[in-house]
Amino acid sequence: MAKMKEVLLDPIFKNNPIALQVLGVCSALAVTSKMETSVVMSLAVIFVMALSNTALSLIRNHIPSSVRIIVEMTVIASLVIIADQLIKAFAYDVSKQLSVYVGLIITNCIIMGRAEAYALKQPPGKSFIDGIGNGLGYSFVLIAVGFVRELLGAGKLFGIEILPLVNDGGWYVPNGLLLLPASAFFLIGFLIWGIRVWKPEQVEEEN
Amino acid sequence: MQNDSIKKIIMVSVGVCLVCSIFVCSAAVFLKPLQTQNKKLDKIKNILVAGDLMQEGIDPEKIFNEKIEAAIIEVATGETFPKEKYDDVLNIAKYEIKDIADNEKYGMDIPKDEDTPAIGRMPKFMLIYMVKDASGTVEKYILPIYGKGLWSTMYGFIAMDKDLMTVRGFTFYDHGETPGLGGEVDNQKWKNSWKGKTAINENGEVVIHVIKGQVNQEKPEAISQIDGLSGSTLTTRGIDNLVKFWLGENGYAKFFAKLRKDGSNG
Repeated sequence: MAKMKEVLLDPIFKNNPIALQVLGVCSALAVTSKMETSVVMSLAVIFVMALSNTALSLIRNHIPSSVRIIVEMTVIASLVIIADQLIKAFAYDVSKQLSVYVGLIITNCIIMGRAEAYALKQPPGKSFIDGIGNGLGYSFVLIAVGFVRELLGAGKLFGIEILPLVNDGGWYVPNGLLLLPASAFFLIGFLIWGIRVWKPEQVEEEN
Repeated sequence: MQNDSIKKIIMVSVGVCLVCSIFVCSAAVFLKPLQTQNKKLDKIKNILVAGDLMQEGIDPEKIFNEKIEAAIIEVATGETFPKEKYDDVLNIAKYEIKDIADNEKYGMDIPKDEDTPAIGRMPKFMLIYMVKDASGTVEKYILPIYGKGLWSTMYGFIAMDKDLMTVRGFTFYDHGETPGLGGEVDNQKWKNSWKGKTAINENGEVVIHVIKGQVNQEKPEAISQIDGLSGSTLTTRGIDNLVKFWLGENGYAKFFAKLRKDGSNG
């Protein structure tokens, strides 16, 4: 059981897909200007990754290696379409804000990477947990970045005003840079720095 | 059977595709009614936003039914299209701009040199909404407008005051512009900046203008100018074109002229 816990929790700090493996950064830039979109995107990625890992692990012994990647893509793409349909049906406003990015989960390298590196070699139960774990690792970064961007960029969290803005008679001058995608680069950079100061074994060796 | 034999490859591929397609189809089919309902509600909400009628905690459909009356008008004459003449395609319940514009009978080609919003065809009949007060007099007209931005055709509404000069609201309900740049057409603050602007002057000329950069509030022409969206020159130009087109001769000018005439007679 201890092992399952490691599979679940390791990807959050110890082996974070964004911070250590530097995968899936593009979507992390695009959807993190608000907490709401970050959270929905995170849930969608956890959903897709957990199920794609499980499904691929179930059929792992029957996948011919020559069409391996295509099979993985087909399964992932189908799950992404289903996730997109679900969001459109139950969270229409958020789906409008996420626009194309839900569809782009298909190209999120983390999912493909976990399928290749883990699900094709491990039993379904562990693969499922691994999918959730990596999804949580991705969510951790997305939500951390979303938190800073929405709080300092718009003075809000989940659309609720925290820091009263100057425009509305408050005292806080919002930092517009944080609402632009480029700011997520800086934040993810700081986050990686922080994690590596905390866990120095993650620092790559210099040649 | 060997995993890499041709037979197995084909079997696995077909199998995976079949299973996946069943899942995708069922999701699409079963969630369709919910999505359609969402879309309809979203459109109603946008009409209310354009008309500045949204109220927290009240069912948008209820406000819509109470305050708003829909009508179909003929673009070329400005006359209201009589209800008796409604058919399967052209009626209030089913009206869909895209379908009507493409319809052989109810749509028409726009001459190339006049087609500033780059939409090719437009409906001969438009579905408009009138906001009425308690006594039944029209307060605002909510008019659908659309045209090309950078990537997509943007569909929206402009609300005009009963004086037919002042903008009362502006919103897009469907577009595919770049999120964060052209997508900022959804920015509430920017949408609010349209309210109170003079779109049409006393002589009936369209004077509204989306400029590049920020409006200098001290200049007298600021009353008819809207800030451009930074980082989205082409989206902004598209909006400028489509608003001028729809308020002008090819759009609602005849309808406005008729309303003015009726107003001065009555």
